[in-house]
Amino acid sequence: MRALVIDDSRAMRAILRKILRGIGVDVTEAEHGRAALDVLRGATTFELALIDWNMPEMDGLQVVKAIRADRRLDAMRIMMVTTETEMGQVVRAVEAGASEYLMKPFNAAAVVEKLAILGLLETE
Amino acid sequence: MSVSPESFAHVCALVRRRSAIVLESGKEYLVDARLGPVAKDAGFASIDDLVAHVRRIEAGREHEELARSIVEAMTTTETSFFRDVHPFSILETKVLPELVQARARRRALRIWCAAASTGQEPFSVAMLLCEHFPQLASWDVRIFATDINRAVLDRARSGVFRQLEINRGLPVRMLVKYFDRRGLDWQIKPEIRRMVSFQELNLLERWPLFGRQDVVLMRNVLIYFDVPTKKQILGRVREVMAEDGVLFLGGTETTMNLEDSLVGERLAGPGVLFRAKGAAGRPGETKTG
Ligand SMILES: C[S@@+](CC[C@H](N)C(=O)[O-])C[C@H]1O[C@@H](n2cnc3c(N)ncnc32)[C@H](O)[C@@H]1O
Ligand SMILES: [Mg+2]
Repeated sequence: MRALVIDDSRAMRAILRKILRGIGVDVTEAEHGRAALDVLRGATTFELALIDWNMPEMDGLQVVKAIRADRRLDAMRIMMVTTETEMGQVVRAVEAGASEYLMKPFNAAAVVEKLAILGLLETE
Repeated sequence: MSVSPESFAHVCALVRRRSAIVLESGKEYLVDARLGPVAKDAGFASIDDLVAHVRRIEAGREHEELARSIVEAMTTTETSFFRDVHPFSILETKVLPELVQARARRRALRIWCAAASTGQEPFSVAMLLCEHFPQLASWDVRIFATDINRAVLDRARSGVFRQLEINRGLPVRMLVKYFDRRGLDWQIKPEIRRMVSFQELNLLERWPLFGRQDVVLMRNVLIYFDVPTKKQILGRVREVMAEDGVLFLGGTETTMNLEDSLVGERLAGPGVLFRAKGAAGRPGETKTG
């Protein structure tokens, strides 16, 4: 499985990378939305994008919308990973096309369980 | 606070006698971590002082209260929504469709969560029923959720969960549909909360259940008990189950070599459920532990 981690915080990318690699996921990183879209439109297929909300220039919600506007990326799952925790924000992300939602701070177990919900992992 | 070997031995004996939970030697650190706050709350300078006091007063209300606090503090209450995923997908795609058919005349379902902790497990079942079996709204459905630990039951009854708990195993679709924001926390909606009744129940004592159970979830609790206790409890589970009822255990638990009348059924996908021997299984399924 291959995942793209999109977050402007280097520390947060490192945390997610460590957790994901720990369960055998190949991780690519992008530090902002535009870089992420470039990567996604390249040759490599990603099963999952983990997207921060608050990033300079293009925010995570815009990234979700851009991804969902691209038919070739239909199969890719999107998980918001964010400090935005108001119900209204959760709803906006889901309506824009996010498949799952993880609130910061989180622990490794929460990430693994989300992947299981997305059917991207065997739990037994 | 560091517990003395003598107090540790006493705590182990007390916890085992009252809850069946086995604390192996080497778990002193756990006693330190868990009983430190209990001792402090009760006004003792150390765990040893607390234990000495409990031994000295022997019986009566104060003894009872402190002994229970010790047992409760030594329980492990770790849980999450839709834990392990598979038991819930088996419930959704196999067990409940079968039961809905089998109970079509009686229109009643009995579900028992026998170690419910803070409620994530019974609420997951309730959300699943709401989501996939709306026809059950007019049935007599009871989700009976029990635990030995009164503090977790109080939390479960409130239906309030912290963000850390919401993050664990709850699909965002369910969060949006069945929860309200309450300050920094989240509360499960009244229509889901109403479906579950919580009650204190020690698995070593009497089980005040309403009739035969169609589904029993006894997950991640037998692991803390010794083999004779596991056998005794599984034997009693068999007796309270409906003939065509099913049992779910934790991912590392089994009835094999413990209770022969409950047979593991391996399904097409991952996950195992247990049925009474001779009960209607589906053809082509093999026995397993
Ligand atoms: C690890 S939790 C399991 C929660 C849930 N079933 C799950 O699998 O996520 C174990 C629970 O068993 C309860 N427990 C331990 N000994 C018990 C006993 N003798 N009778 C009833 N409950 C007990 C504890 O209080 C704790 O809440
Ligand atoms: Mg950010």
